[in-house]
Amino acid sequence: MAHRLSLREAAENIRQRKLSSVELVQALHTRIRKIEPKLEAFLHDDFDLAVKQAAQRDAQPADGPLHGVPVAIKDNISSAGRPCTCASMMLKDYVAPYDATVIRKLETAGAVVFGRLNMDEFAMGSSTENSAFQKTKNPWDLARIPGGSSGGAAAAVAADECFGALGSDTGGSIRQPAAFCGCVGLKPTYGRVSRFGLVAFASSLDQIGPVTKTAYDSALLLNAISGVDPMDSSSLPQPVPDYTKYLGRDIKGLKLGLPKEYFIEGLDPRVKQVIDQAIRHFGSLGAKLVEISLPQTPHAVATYYVIATAEASSNLARYDGVRYGLRTEKPGDVLDMYFRTRAEGFGPEVKRRIILGTYVLSSGYYDAYYLRAQKVRTLIRRDFEKAFTQCDAILTPTSPTVAFKFGEKTDDPLQMYLADIYTIAVNLAGICGISVPCGFVEKPARLPVGLQILGPAFGEPIILQVAHAYEQSTPWHLEKPNL
Amino acid sequence: MSTNNSGKKIDVAYVAQLARLELTGEERVRLAGQLDRILEYVDQLRQLNVDGIEPTAHAIPQVNVFRSDEARPGLPLKEALKNAPQRMNDLFVVPKVVED
Amino acid sequence: MDYESVIGLEVHVQLKTKSKMFCACQNKYGSPPNTQVCPVCLGLPGTLPVMNEQAVKMTVLTGMMLGCEISPYSKFDRKNYFYPDMPKNYQISQYDMPLCKSGHIDLVKECYPKDAQNQVSAAKRIGITRIHLEEDVAKSFHLETTSSIDFNRAGTPLMEIVSEPDINTPEEAFAYLSTLRQILLYGKVSDADMEKGQMRCDCNISVRPVGQKEFGTKLEIKNMNTISGVRRALAYEIQRQTGCLKKGENLTQETRRWDEAAGQTFGMRSKEMAHDYRYFPEPDLMPVDTAVFMNEVKSWLPELPAAKKQRFMSDYRLTDYNAGVLVADLELANFFEVGAAPGKNPNAVANWVVNDLLRDLSESKLAIAQSPIKPLDIAELVEFCESGKISSRQAKDVFVEMFKTGKMPHRIIEEKGLSQVSDAAALETWCDEAIAANPQSVEAYKSGKTTALNHLKGQVMKLSKGKANPKTVDGILIKKLSA
Repeated sequence: MAHRLSLREAAENIRQRKLSSVELVQALHTRIRKIEPKLEAFLHDDFDLAVKQAAQRDAQPADGPLHGVPVAIKDNISSAGRPCTCASMMLKDYVAPYDATVIRKLETAGAVVFGRLNMDEFAMGSSTENSAFQKTKNPWDLARIPGGSSGGAAAAVAADECFGALGSDTGGSIRQPAAFCGCVGLKPTYGRVSRFGLVAFASSLDQIGPVTKTAYDSALLLNAISGVDPMDSSSLPQPVPDYTKYLGRDIKGLKLGLPKEYFIEGLDPRVKQVIDQAIRHFGSLGAKLVEISLPQTPHAVATYYVIATAEASSNLARYDGVRYGLRTEKPGDVLDMYFRTRAEGFGPEVKRRIILGTYVLSSGYYDAYYLRAQKVRTLIRRDFEKAFTQCDAILTPTSPTVAFKFGEKTDDPLQMYLADIYTIAVNLAGICGISVPCGFVEKPARLPVGLQILGPAFGEPIILQVAHAYEQSTPWHLEKPNL
Repeated sequence: MSTNNSGKKIDVAYVAQLARLELTGEERVRLAGQLDRILEYVDQLRQLNVDGIEPTAHAIPQVNVFRSDEARPGLPLKEALKNAPQRMNDLFVVPKVVED
Repeated sequence: MDYESVIGLEVHVQLKTKSKMFCACQNKYGSPPNTQVCPVCLGLPGTLPVMNEQAVKMTVLTGMMLGCEISPYSKFDRKNYFYPDMPKNYQISQYDMPLCKSGHIDLVKECYPKDAQNQVSAAKRIGITRIHLEEDVAKSFHLETTSSIDFNRAGTPLMEIVSEPDINTPEEAFAYLSTLRQILLYGKVSDADMEKGQMRCDCNISVRPVGQKEFGTKLEIKNMNTISGVRRALAYEIQRQTGCLKKGENLTQETRRWDEAAGQTFGMRSKEMAHDYRYFPEPDLMPVDTAVFMNEVKSWLPELPAAKKQRFMSDYRLTDYNAGVLVADLELANFFEVGAAPGKNPNAVANWVVNDLLRDLSESKLAIAQSPIKPLDIAELVEFCESGKISSRQAKDVFVEMFKTGKMPHRIIEEKGLSQVSDAAALETWCDEAIAANPQSVEAYKSGKTTALNHLKGQVMKLSKGKANPKTVDGILIKKLSA
């Protein structure tokens, strides 16, 4: 039953020599073999590499905070000698020759890298249905999507196929699947964690973060991966505290903001009921609840889809069949190679975003779309700056709905985009946010609901403190899906 | 502009050309419809007054993030060429370049 | 009808940094293919650029040397277009905020081609629109059915220096490029060798009837490998375009390729594809605040050719010609200054360098750095002449020997037993012999033809095998002939 351990418990078991790293990897592997036929959360089996690394760990003194603990990785984070497909046909056979900075940092902390997780192709999507390879199921209801784009990570954590995972979040891609699968997902402040080795979707919004079973585990992983990186100019030289130190602190007297624009139409009443209950619970813990306003909220989705697709259209230009990845059969000339390789290599959502992003940057439209969106982005940042003068953290639903059924939204991309309303502004503002399980909607299926806690830039200590206080006083994180 | 390749707002065929994406006729039509709806939605941004607002290019701005000018070895040749779809004599090979 | 041409130059200059612009790969010419590459400059998924500080500063220094305004705030942008030599299919460049703006180059006579220098009347100032910094692309080799690519060059720091359309003749273009190259070498920012592609020049040229205000059709010419090649290509193109206009033909805006062997330009085949570069600010790089390092870069400013020439003329009293020749090459100027330092006759040192040394070096195809004669050897040689120890005839022989053997002058004088005879008795004997053997000259001298003295002196030198001190000989002859 070792697979049921939290990350923290796994690390303690190794430190106390109750379990070896190899045993942990094997326990997970057994679990994966049992569950995967149903869940399909993993894209590649790197068990051999992992078990070798685990054996090395077992021969070393257990001095790192994550010594010997396996951590699973979303398939858009580069790890030397492993595939990094981004769930795209374009990179089906690509093998990364270098490590992302977060991989180096995990290994420095003693962790063992094990498992490559499914995702929406190039992290574009909210359901993981855009994976070119397989459909990951929601462990709570196999007829439903796990959320996305880090759907593989959230599903695998919720199903005890890993102790914790690294995902990436450009507009909610960690928090929303964490909410849908009933686990903890944290999007760090932009620049807190190095992006070097994270395959770029939207460079000014992307951030790597942990998906875990508990808030404590989230702090542990964040400790390991945070910090300035000379390989990433957008990483910031802020000191890295021990995030676990803030856990267990009383939240009495903390001011928690409730943005009025987040509790309006579009929010599923069943979800609202669960969230309202969670908010009341904070009141009982002694926090002060204050209404705040984020007036630009209605414009966040439009702003996001201009900026994110523009950056994506440029970031994805490199997939051309020249140096790596797919190349179409028998191209006549270079142009033919470009057009056909990209037509064959990218799925429909990626194509849609490339076209949209190319359009908003094209001659004559730049000012009307991209430049304007960047200006609205400034207004969105200001909303949050002002809000955080009135409160210490902000509480919102993570998603307006619970996990939906496969195919339910695939024909209507705009509806799919609009569902990102609560998570997207966080990336635009560059601040941090965490989603924690806060209860269930019971009908038509028992499905988890996520509560999002937002903090200012580098406010990870406070959101972890609040998340942990909530978690420790509620039973939700202990519930497991019946697989 | 109003062929079935382009919607009211977007000339999909032209943009796909810029993005070097081959699209089938059906894809073009579907995309034109979807993107028109998305762009109509995005047009809400035009109603906002953004006069005098600085654009945000970076969520948390910094200046002068440099590396010092020191050389370090890169990838071994074999690793550099490992993922190449076609290679010869240690060079990456592509089909004939027709454009200048 | 007379026609005039309007020419603007876009010069790309590779900076002489140790590492590439955005990664730590070595920046070196001529390594085996694809041995100076890394994940960043191959554009692998997940990689990020980081600015080379030295490259930014070298560009600012170049701006200062060319009298530019240095932008207090500058940023990088992505220029999006597909080409197999571009790893990311966007080039990191600068669009609307280049590092340097509005500079100039003053064309001086010595920088024009030798055969055109006598036509140069007044100094002319050519405006520089802007200098921006970007990354170089890879090198492609086009074969019959394929192209091969070497990414060693990809990512080399590259300045683009754009001139105003102030140039009117191929000779001015030549002078502009030679002056620019000279300044780049003075600043040690580039080796600027066109044949190695370290400096590359694209010309924009249009021809119009004299007096017409509007510009003619603008054509671009590429592929010139030397500064003389640029001159030839422009001369060809002006003639071709003028010919077309005279015949009443219309010119089409196009890019033409210079074929050095054929001595002609050819229109380049190009598939009609819209150019829409979709510039937008590079999200992976932070802006540059130049104020922080302005003083440091100012302290790097070298004495520039024009100032050095002035100083050589005032401090060393060199002729305009000698000073001009010396400063044209920084190494030569430095060579001269080392040689001129110990002696009292810097002009003599300059004469040796400009007339004798340069001739011998060019005959032996040696660069100044490879000169077998060292600057202090020339100083010593001048000193021997000045003190009358050897005659100028002998000095010429000594110089030949110095160049041949690299030996110092005193060694050669010693070994060959050279030294000037000033001993009165010996000189008188030779003078008497010369007078006796040349009665016509004596007659001529006595009848007022003072030049006849030179003939007699020549005879004495011959008799003395060049060892006689000519000044003493003069005195003795005059005394004897007026007796």
